[in-house]
Formats: sequence, C-alpha cells, structure tokens
Amino acid sequence: MSNLSEAKLHDCRDAFTQTLEGMAATNQEIVAVCNDSVGSSKLNGFKDKYPERLVNVGIAEQNMIGVGAGLANGGKIPFVCGAACFLTGRALEQIKADVAYSNTNVKLVGISSGMAYGPLGPTHHSTEDFAWVRAIPNVPIVAPCDSIETAAAVAYAAETTGPIFLRLSREGVPDLLPADYKFELGKAVTLKEGSDVTLIANGILSVRAVKAAELLAAEGISARVLNMATVRPIDRDAIIAAASETGAILTCEEHTIFGGLGSSVAEVVVETVPVPMTRLGVPGIFVPTGTASFLLDEFGMAPEGLAASAKELIKKKKA
Amino acid sequence: MDILELKKMANDIRQRDLRAVFEAGAGHIGGEMSVTDLLTALYFRILNVDPKNPTDPKRDRFILSKGHAALALYVTLSKRGFIDPEEISTFLKPHSRLNGHPNRNKVPGVETNTGPLGHGLPIAVGMAKAAKLSGDTWRTVVITGDGEMQEGSNWEAIMAAAQFGLDNLTLIIDHNRLQQGARLADTNNIAPLPPKLEAFGWAVEEINGNDMEEICAALDASKVVPGKPRCIVAHTNKGNGISFMSDNVAWHHKVPDADQYKQAMAELEEAVS
Repeated sequence: MSNLSEAKLHDCRDAFTQTLEGMAATNQEIVAVCNDSVGSSKLNGFKDKYPERLVNVGIAEQNMIGVGAGLANGGKIPFVCGAACFLTGRALEQIKADVAYSNTNVKLVGISSGMAYGPLGPTHHSTEDFAWVRAIPNVPIVAPCDSIETAAAVAYAAETTGPIFLRLSREGVPDLLPADYKFELGKAVTLKEGSDVTLIANGILSVRAVKAAELLAAEGISARVLNMATVRPIDRDAIIAAASETGAILTCEEHTIFGGLGSSVAEVVVETVPVPMTRLGVPGIFVPTGTASFLLDEFGMAPEGLAASAKELIKKKKA
Repeated sequence: MDILELKKMANDIRQRDLRAVFEAGAGHIGGEMSVTDLLTALYFRILNVDPKNPTDPKRDRFILSKGHAALALYVTLSKRGFIDPEEISTFLKPHSRLNGHPNRNKVPGVETNTGPLGHGLPIAVGMAKAAKLSGDTWRTVVITGDGEMQEGSNWEAIMAAAQFGLDNLTLIIDHNRLQQGARLADTNNIAPLPPKLEAFGWAVEEINGNDMEEICAALDASKVVPGKPRCIVAHTNKGNGISFMSDNVAWHHKVPDADQYKQAMAELEEAVS
C-alpha cells in the first residue's frame, strides 16, 4: 500500500470497456446503449468489434433508458452508458418507472461521474446521483475505487439479473485492491485496519483516504479505512463494527454531503451505535471553477485535509 | 375471432369496465372506452401471446403506454385468460394486484409498468430493436394517448425508431382529441399527427379506431412497410359507446352515479342485442 503516490494511474473507463468487450465475445446478449457518447464512454473498441450491438440513440437520455428497458424485455443485457449527470438527472423518471419499478435487467453506467468534468462546471457534474438513485427502491449503487473493482463490478452486473447503477470516474487512480479481488454487492472492503477512527470512502476518494491514514499513522493514530463501493444496499455490519471498535467515523465522497455515502453511513450510525461523525463532500453548493482534484482539495479532501478532520473528530470521542 | 365476435367481446369488455369503475368509485372511463376496440382486436386477433406462457421469449410485445386506462387492459387480459375474471372486482382495493396503473411484476401479460406518460414508446423501440438484433420475427405494438404525444420523450423515440428502421414496431395513437382537462386543440394542439410522423420517416395510416374492421385491417401483418416503423392514427371517441360520455371532456376520470350507470349499461346492452 506504500508508495501510492508513485503508483501507475488507471482510467476506470478502460477497465469497464475491456471487461464489457471480453464478456460480449462469449455472451451474444450483451449490448451497449449510449447517447452519442461513444468516445467519452470509451465504446469505440466495442463498436469496432460488435457494431450491431452498439445502440446509439443520439442525444436523448429519456429514450436511452427506455430503449434499455425494452432491450432487456427482449432478452438483451443492456449496459446503458452516458455521462452520469445526464444519465441520472435527465432520465430519473425512466430509471424509476422503466428500470427500478419494472425491475428490468438494465445496467446503468454513469461515466465521468462526480466532478470529473471539473471546469466545465456544475451542469456537467454528477454530485447528486447517489441521493437521487438511492431514493428509488431496487437499484443497487456501486462506485468502484479502482480499475480492479471496476472490472469486477462490471462482471458482477452482467452475471446478475436485475438493475444496477455503476458510477464510474475518468480520474486516474492507482489500484488499491488485489488482482484476484472478487466483488460482493453491499460488502465493504477493509483497505487498512485501525482502531482510533474509521475513514469510509468510495470511488476516487478511497485512495485519498488510504493516504490520509498513512499520514495519521506517522503521527501514531491508527485509522481504519473502508472502501464502501456499494452505497445501496449499505454495509450495515461494517459500519456498526467501525462505530463500535473505533468510536468515530469520517466519510468522504465526490458527491454532495446530502443524501449520499455520508448520509447512508450516518443513518446506520444514529440508529445503532451513535458515535461522532464528520461527513466530507461537496458542501451543498454549486462549486467554483476547478478540476476535480482541486475541488476535492478545496473541500478538505486532500489526504492532509482528511487527516486533519480525522484528528478533530477523534477529539469528540467519548472518553 | 371474426369481426362480429370481436365487436361482442369489445362490448363485454366495456360493460365489465363500466361496472368496475362504478363499483370502485374510480377509474379513467373515458380513455378506457376509447381504447377498448383496439385492445380487443390486439388480444383476440392480432397478438401472438399465450396466457399459459406469458413470458415466452418469442411472444409479441404490447405496451399500453396510456397506463391510466389500466382497467380496460385488466378486463381484456381477464377475458383472454391471463388473470381470473373474478379478480377484476378487486380493482384499486388495498393490496390488489390491479393498481390504477399496470405492474408487470404483478399482472401476467403486462410488459412494463406504465403510468407516467411518454414511457411506452421508448421501451417499445428497445423491444423492437432486441427482436432485430436476435433475428426474431415477433412484433411490438404500443398504444399511446394523443395528449401523451405532447411528451418530448416520444419524439426522441420516434427519431430512433426511424433511424433503426424498425419495421417490426407499430405505434397506435388513440386520437380521441381530449386530454384530462380540455380538448387537445385548446391545450397544445399537436394535430394533425400524420404529417409529423411522416416527416420523421414513419409509414402512417389513419383509421376509425372504434371500427373493428378498420382496426383489424390496419393491424394485419401484411401492412408492414419494409424499413419503416408504422404509426396508426386511430381516430376514436373518448367515452365511445356511451352517449353522454362520448367526446365529452368531463368524463376523463369521472365516476357515473347510479342513474348514469344504469343508463350507460342499458346503452351497452342495447348495442349488442
């Protein structure tokens, strides 16, 4: 886990498309659906290999989700891909009625989620999608932390019947998980053991949480780090254990602090083992101009910022 | 079924629908009466569906996109053997499978959960595309309301269907000229519909959607136009078959009182005697 700063960075979209192309070779029912986003969804390779199985509906997200539901009804396994902000926000009612309520075998793949579009601004950011989709029954939500988890989650989605929302980033991240990692829905992964405080993260925040824990370790503070890729269903057992065993929980996410990972964790904590918590994320504002990395740092989610918040949080623990 | 039998079946369905609305004290009777002839022709003459195997992968797909007319679909499905006719009396009752809008996970024969308007056609495009990808010959038919065509999602789907050359897709627009609160013409008048669909690359036919012979002729498989999705603009009357409801905007979801129920039922009984 050391030398994370020097580790090779991977764009998780590549892991997504490589896995999809590999599965499509043996499973004729796998199709990709997109909204003109062939390039940004990294579907050019899929298009070259399986041109007839790339269903590009043009710039029309409501239709895209509906078409996905129809393809699923017709026996296909559609991976419906688009920029996460448009995929969810523009077509939320289709996600609710056609995918979730109808319980269709649609795989929603939100590309370039969070603040990946950086200086393009809040119209292109997807920092409400956990909250929006989490409010709808029957759609698991997964934000993988690295290319290994992305590939594993994509394979899981294809092999499991039913809806799922995969929230992928385009920011380069190092691999945190072992190559033989097997994805389990609703199961957090302990990236680092610890006893003084727990940091819970997912997506591109997990690597920052690990780095923060290393900074804390250098100061003699033992921080547990949980990679909680699945936001719904949330891993209650891991949260309860973290609250019981470390007595303080800090969450961080590339999402508004209202309704996402932090809220999900807090809901469990407050009803089971109430302990001090800090929720970091986008603090309920339309963010200023900047890259995702700049904005995360700005909102206290650089490794140093996370470590500082963790130390403040530990002070609130009951003696 | 021949035309006469279909007409009798449609009348049966109207009577059962009317009774269920009266007993439940709710329903969308106007739009149910306008779409009943179309549903009858589809389920008793056109669609290749099997109540004993409602999820047969090779079945024809049908979507009632105007999901608020669910009761007419439930009655039709019950007459066709998908659900027990006795169950219609549970319509809208607590824990009934027969919600105000159809649910595919509860009611066999329902393909998707409609209710919010502008959802059925995009899903139908996906179904038709799936059949094309698999090289299958099953058809997809979707019925929308005419007011429903004000939803932009429909026009996204209309573009895609033409682009994909989905000649295995049929859209029927239940063109009764009335929406919930007023006439289409006084709200957002998208009529005439045929030139709009034609401009988007569809093959379009206009029929009297309350005339069983015209419906059956228009839905015949021989009418397929290679490479083009088809739209049947079905001119109908909201409240068709019941004189005081017919073409009357007041009857979108009004419930008849005892006297009105008696008169309406008498008119329907008279029509087949």
